[in-house]
Amino acid sequence: MRGGGIWRVRPYVRPYRTQMLVMLASAAGALVAVSTVPLVTEAVINGPIVHHRGGLVPLAALALALGVGEGILLFVRRWILGRAATGVEADIRNDLYAKLQTLPVSFHERWQSGQLLSRATTDLTLIRIFVGYGLIYLVVNTMTFVYVVALLLHLDVRLGLVTVAAAVPIMITGARFRRDYHSASRRVQDQQGDLTTIIEEAALGIRVIKAFGRHAVEGARFASMARTLQSSSMVAVRLRARFFATLGLVPNLALAAIVLGGGWAVSDHVMTLGGLVAFVTLFLMLVWPVESLGEIMAIAQEASAAIERIWEVFDTPPDIADRPGAVDLDRCEGRLRFENVGFSYSEGGRRVLAGVDLEVAPGETVAIVGATASGKTTLLSLVSRLADVTDGRIAIDGHDIRDMTLASLRRHVAVAFEDPTLFSASVRENLTFGAPDATDAEIDAALDAAQARFAHHLPWGLDTRVGEQGLSLSGGQRQRLALARAILGRPRILVLDDPLSAVDVHTEAKVEAALARLLERTTALVVAHRPSTVALADRVAFLDGGRIVATGSHHELLSTVPGYRAVLAQDVEAPAGPPAWEATAV
Amino acid sequence: MSVDLATRWRGVAAEDAEVITAPVNAMLRGRSRRLLSSLMRPHVRALLGATALIVGFDIASMAGPLMVQQAIDRGIPALTRHHDYWPLGLTVLGLVLAGAVQASTDYGFTYVTGRVGQDVLLDLRQRVFDHFQYLSIAFHERYTSGRVTSRLTSDVEAISDLLMDGLQVLAWAALTILTVAGILVWSDPVLAGVVFVAAPFVAVLARWFRRESVKAYRATRETIALVIVHFVESLGGIRAVQAFRREPRNQEIFAALNDAYRGATQRSIRLVAVFGPGVKAMGNATLAGVLLVGAIRVEHGRITVGVLAAFILYLRRFLDPILDLSQFYTLFQAAAAALEKLSGVLEEEPTVPEPTPGSATLLTSAQGRLDFDDVTFGYRDHPVLHHIDLHIPAGQTVALVGETGAGKTTLARLMSRFYDPTSGSVRLDGTDLRSIPRDVLRRHVVMVTQESFLFSRSVADNIRFGRPGATDEEVRRAATAVGAHQFILSMPGGYAASVGKRGSRLSAGQRQLISFARAFLADPEVLILDEATASLDIPSERLVQRALLTLLRDRTAVIIAHRLTTVEIADRVIVVSDGRVVEDGPPPELLSRPSRYRQLHQAWADSLV
Ligand SMILES: Nc1ncnc2c1ncn2[C@@H]1O[C@H](COP(=O)(O)OP(=O)(O)O)[C@@H](O)[C@H]1O
Ligand SMILES: Nc1ncnc2c1ncn2[C@@H]1O[C@H](COP(=O)(O)OP(=O)(O)O)[C@@H](O)[C@H]1O
Ligand SMILES: [Mg+2]
Ligand SMILES: [Mg+2]
Repeated sequence: MRGGGIWRVRPYVRPYRTQMLVMLASAAGALVAVSTVPLVTEAVINGPIVHHRGGLVPLAALALALGVGEGILLFVRRWILGRAATGVEADIRNDLYAKLQTLPVSFHERWQSGQLLSRATTDLTLIRIFVGYGLIYLVVNTMTFVYVVALLLHLDVRLGLVTVAAAVPIMITGARFRRDYHSASRRVQDQQGDLTTIIEEAALGIRVIKAFGRHAVEGARFASMARTLQSSSMVAVRLRARFFATLGLVPNLALAAIVLGGGWAVSDHVMTLGGLVAFVTLFLMLVWPVESLGEIMAIAQEASAAIERIWEVFDTPPDIADRPGAVDLDRCEGRLRFENVGFSYSEGGRRVLAGVDLEVAPGETVAIVGATASGKTTLLSLVSRLADVTDGRIAIDGHDIRDMTLASLRRHVAVAFEDPTLFSASVRENLTFGAPDATDAEIDAALDAAQARFAHHLPWGLDTRVGEQGLSLSGGQRQRLALARAILGRPRILVLDDPLSAVDVHTEAKVEAALARLLERTTALVVAHRPSTVALADRVAFLDGGRIVATGSHHELLSTVPGYRAVLAQDVEAPAGPPAWEATAV
Repeated sequence: MSVDLATRWRGVAAEDAEVITAPVNAMLRGRSRRLLSSLMRPHVRALLGATALIVGFDIASMAGPLMVQQAIDRGIPALTRHHDYWPLGLTVLGLVLAGAVQASTDYGFTYVTGRVGQDVLLDLRQRVFDHFQYLSIAFHERYTSGRVTSRLTSDVEAISDLLMDGLQVLAWAALTILTVAGILVWSDPVLAGVVFVAAPFVAVLARWFRRESVKAYRATRETIALVIVHFVESLGGIRAVQAFRREPRNQEIFAALNDAYRGATQRSIRLVAVFGPGVKAMGNATLAGVLLVGAIRVEHGRITVGVLAAFILYLRRFLDPILDLSQFYTLFQAAAAALEKLSGVLEEEPTVPEPTPGSATLLTSAQGRLDFDDVTFGYRDHPVLHHIDLHIPAGQTVALVGETGAGKTTLARLMSRFYDPTSGSVRLDGTDLRSIPRDVLRRHVVMVTQESFLFSRSVADNIRFGRPGATDEEVRRAATAVGAHQFILSMPGGYAASVGKRGSRLSAGQRQLISFARAFLADPEVLILDEATASLDIPSERLVQRALLTLLRDRTAVIIAHRLTTVEIADRVIVVSDGRVVEDGPPPELLSRPSRYRQLHQAWADSLV
């Protein structure tokens, strides 16, 4: 059966082809055993019973052997299926995960996470069922079908042709079913992904939902999506019901035609009554393969839609990957240059950055200052190639970063993001995220520098699991852990995106004192919203309108660049009206 | 791969221990059975209808062979000898009719069971989802979003398999077995006895299967949940994963978890591989037994050949459904493990319970007075807040300041009842929060959390979250008030533009503005802002402050901020340190004497140069 791109699963089945063949053989063997038992029964009745011949015990033993043999063959098939089908499923899942890890951030922002998850779970289950059951029985049933039809044609050509003719409506409705059921399954699977997204966001956003008391609204949104999914599933159910009924009806009609035509033939003495009986008996053997065809085709179409969905991910080119011949920069001095860098998030979209030129000398610290949404975070994300520049280039020690291997680039560049991005793992695991070999002494040093010694006082020390996204810590604690993580690997280039926004003034001063020592030797880009953070830097670059409009010391810029003054200085303009407490104090 | 590798990285948390003993097992079974029956109860009539359809189907499918026999015995001889078409014609007509009845009952049956299955799924999904929403923050902290997701997807689907395929099998198989068993006993009790000899063996096998499969299927549910959790969390933080070259280690962990799931699935499939064919082989063995005993009985003249032949034909009709029934049983066991997990969630009680209708106080309008009376609170055993006494009159704007980790956020969370105090009470307008229904409380008290979570929806939808019925104009006004209108218009699509996955298309400051607009739109009597402007530049923060001045004119507000510009609009400052209120007073007063606040203010002023 052609089933969309179902053949694409082949490379994953290939390692298990021996098992598949054994499964096929045992399925066929079991079928033979089943169909032999009636012959034995007949032999018992015709032999030992009617003609009082001996041989009852051996025949009964044969029946026993066939019966048990069938059981054993079934057992063998399913036992092997346990390994092969789960193996195919697990292999695809591993590869899918690996692929997803290589796809750039932009891909993950574009795709709903629920859609990815439903591919990795529901869709893969469908493929497992197809490989373990559908595929095997597809082959076995086709073989049975061809074999029996050939026998029927051999018994009586004209009645045999009636049987063949009966296959025509099955094929026609089958083709329609295949098409319709494929798109119905696809719709169901897509909607399962959407529903999963709602579920996941409702769980992740539970604090916001609770803070606003929006349970009912979210519940209604979920219910309406679940209802949509339900009605799509009902479309699939209806299609199945209709097709299965057709598959039940056609053999019966064919049987009626055979009885009618056969009766005619017998009365015309073209055929014997015995011949007709044999023909009908044999024909009835077709009923099961035809009826189960519906189930198999449904499984195949579900799998085919699932494969289509999964391969959409596999077929996405990894936009950010090692170029052929990329160099593994072993040692890095830390000279960072932006040359006429331009960037936009979508092709032909608004340019967030345009013509950014900036050079950071080894060991120098440059603060990036700019209004909200001026592109600071965007600029920083280009350095570790979480996104690639649209124009111009970024170079480290003179090498275009796109000519370096990603591994070496990211070894030299460490980042502390605006949102701390912690994982529900132990504190230690979160810290050694990029430096799995870090020693305890190094970890301590990093915690000290980030003023994050509180981690030692958590209930299980560094082995304490921080809640999902680190939410069992206070905002400032999260941020300091993220900072410690960034400095732990002793990177040559440090990229810090507003690293102290959630930290109080006192703690900030302490962190800055510690950071200042560290930054003496490290090239750093630091996004800053507060003058105190700016003080860390040797130089300030002011980002405005997508380009760096001025660089210089804080005080220089403060006195020469009005825009800079507006973004960073407190005294430009007091809030409209006197502060409330002044008003009341008067 | 060692279990150690798969688990050690997760670290230790208090809630991990989970031991299942025999009485627990029984409790779990009872619980899942209750859930299942409450799910099925509304559909009893539909299921009865389905049973009627299957009876029709059975009769029609049994009529087929009868018609063929009639044609051979009567129709064809009549045609051959008397050229009488009628008998043959009638039987053929009967065949067509039987086929039609069979097809239509088949259709009806598949449809009805499918309908019931889908309705039950919908019901289950809604119940579990609503219950998750109902449970407290403390529950979600321990459960994590990945497990919530796995319960509502993977577990629900395991049940879906049972409902969609199982019901059909069950109704058909049970019915056939009962009728055929009756026929067997009626045609020859002794031979039937031979058949039933196998019953205890089947029962033993089924018992073994049940015991083992409970464990096996439970393992599949648990391992897939871990796969989902890791998948969701690690890809959710893909920036950090890639920036820190975490991919190989993640892959290692994922492969280990995935392999554990594979192993669990393999084990459950292999249990079925023993059980199903075992039942089948036993059935087949009874056939051999019947042949042997039957032949002997024929020999002794106890039964006729015809009876034996019929018996054997019926026996086959008896054995097939038994195998199907065993298949149903395996589906059932798989679903039972999922039901166990889901019923567990449904029986979970919120640690922050709703007041009983009798004790509930329906504050229709609130003034906004907040009182903390001797409040002590800790997330675990270790207290974070100690004996807090704090009284905020209606309409006051209060700033909470203090070091990170001092407990400011915790205090705010108690005000909006994310948690209940360990001792003492928090009151709104004199009413203990514990006796205010949550929907009423949320109408009056709204908190903007430190993490400005946005949903992957449009800008307008995210703002409208603050007040679902708000008009476009009101949404626009809220956005304008906090200074978000301009940038929203510059996005392709304006208010209809999607903010991307959880707001990823916006800068951090823009996200904060949107969550601010959301709170602005909600316009509650008590507004709590937890570092809601931390990522904004100073001009934007000013704009927000200006908006706050109008918004907060007659509102109670609690503002947590590190940048003291925000504090300047407060009537009163409360300094929190190590879970205690250490200073409390109007800013000018605190500034006028040596105080921690003055130190803080001084340090902050110094940091501005
Ligand atoms: N993933 C994204 N897709 C599309 N637009 C984005 C994305 N991330 C940021 N932007 C837009 O780019 C601009 C700059 O954002 P960002 O670099 O985060 O600013 P900031 O200077 O505040 O860090 C903003 O207008 C924002 O809306
Ligand atoms: N959900 C939680 N589970 C356990 N501990 C928590 C949780 N949230 C905060 N804590 C701990 O409680 C203390 C106070 O945190 P918090 O109230 O967030 O401080 P902040 O004053 O910075 O807002 C910190 O030590 C923090 O680690
Ligand atoms: Mg930013
Ligand atoms: Mg806080």
